[in-house]
Amino acid sequence: MRAIVTVIGKDTVGIIAAVCSLLSRHKVNVLDISQTVLQEYFTMIMLVDAGESDLPFADLAELLKQKGEAQGLDIRMQREDIFNAMHRI
Amino acid sequence: MPMFNKSEILDTIRMIDQQHLDVRTITMGISLLDCCDADAKTACGKIYDKIVRSAQDLVKTGEDIEREFGIPIVNKRVSVTPMALVAGASDTEDYLPFAQAMDEAAKAVGVNFIGGFSALVQKGMTPADRRLIAAIPQALAQTDLVCSSVNVGSTKAGINMDAVALMGRTVKEAAQLTADRDGFGCAKLVVFCNAVEDNPFMAGAFHGVGEGDRVINVGVSGPGVVHHALQAVKGQSFDVVAETVKKTAFRVTRMGQLVAQEASRRLDVPFGIVDLSLAPTPAVGDSVARILEEMGLETCGTHGTTAALALLNDAVKKGGVMASSSVGGLSGAFIPVSEDEGMIAAAQSGALTLDKLEAMTCVCSVGLDMIAVPGDTPAETIAAIIADEAAIGMVNSKTTAVRLIPAPGKGVGDSVEFGGLLGSAPVMPVHAPSSADFIARGGRIPAPLQSLKN
Repeated sequence: MRAIVTVIGKDTVGIIAAVCSLLSRHKVNVLDISQTVLQEYFTMIMLVDAGESDLPFADLAELLKQKGEAQGLDIRMQREDIFNAMHRI
Repeated sequence: MPMFNKSEILDTIRMIDQQHLDVRTITMGISLLDCCDADAKTACGKIYDKIVRSAQDLVKTGEDIEREFGIPIVNKRVSVTPMALVAGASDTEDYLPFAQAMDEAAKAVGVNFIGGFSALVQKGMTPADRRLIAAIPQALAQTDLVCSSVNVGSTKAGINMDAVALMGRTVKEAAQLTADRDGFGCAKLVVFCNAVEDNPFMAGAFHGVGEGDRVINVGVSGPGVVHHALQAVKGQSFDVVAETVKKTAFRVTRMGQLVAQEASRRLDVPFGIVDLSLAPTPAVGDSVARILEEMGLETCGTHGTTAALALLNDAVKKGGVMASSSVGGLSGAFIPVSEDEGMIAAAQSGALTLDKLEAMTCVCSVGLDMIAVPGDTPAETIAAIIADEAAIGMVNSKTTAVRLIPAPGKGVGDSVEFGGLLGSAPVMPVHAPSSADFIARGGRIPAPLQSLKN
């Protein structure tokens, strides 16, 4: 099941590492990644495959959200379908 | 080349985070026609069991979808067969227990409203319809989640003026019985003309007799998203405005369609329709009035408001229709006063009046909605307001509705407070001259001609 992970917040050292290690711990494969820093604001978008994950999708999303809150970041994981539905015919 | 488009992803997240994009409701329609029983107690037991059995997973499924897709789904609700049709089989005069059964079932499954304590009396009233309408004020006062609606007219049948008169009195009584809560009972009571059978929005939802055993209907929203999109085309022509609204409505509806299909699959209940309505909330940035003002009106309610609303309503439908496999329900912009921050402000400033709101209902869904009027407004005046609104619906082949709150003990200058999505409303003046003799006539206003339309 493919999903989009977005991380938005103030840039600090190790954001990508922290998110990637959490994902790999739960067997989520990163397919693509893009990140930019604009006026100190960090935006990362990842396409991931959560099909083999050891956690139910909703729990994984919640875990990422909490992880983000602890670091002052807005992290969310959403099913890819939502973006395709809204922007593709 | 990335496998996704960054700006599209960030657009979606901004819509959800900052522009109040949400799915307003997932509503499960449930037929209760198989719950009829000569014994009222047995019938109520069957009603409770069927609702609980059908909808027990609805709230959890909605919450799961919400978490996985990252889209707020504000309400999960149930609508049932108009109760007069079910209760009519039972040998009882008192229909209150049927509302109580609905209420208990709704609480058991965790939904926040259940609609369908309803009667369809556009042409005539059966004894069951009369008993149901008689029970409405008590039902709204004594239950928490039950919503009621009565259809008093249609384009094909005309307007049942006896029912109109009766509903004027019923609205007054519902307000009196909930006087301690500013007449809150009336917020759960809708009087329709041309009611639709697959509306997912409360308080007017019921599960029509032409529907299947169970169905999932979804109502989308997104006034904030439309408003934001229009801010980017300030000063440009109406052609651009219409195109912008269409594109935005398309996206919002696609999201609703996805959620509807997903809910239908997970619950194993057929997908019915997506209702393309712009439903405001009292939150700042989630207002239909502010969209109209964005088009260039200083205050909603001033001259030009009806034209702006006509464009908005039509463009939302045009954009949404292609985005969904099945569109239905009310599908239009809602203009409930108490539930829309911009409408509240416009009414308070005096720019938005009851008469202007009536004109606006000619070009949008649904009608005079969530409007507080003085508590001493006569029942006949409320009935006459219902008749006017029903006439607009009847002649224009559209759904119209009235949800008025004659706030007990309050007058112009006061306001009522319902809280939550129902918001607050300033008490608006009504015309003082009497309509009593008009309402006293009774009978039927015949159905209008469908040709020679001018």
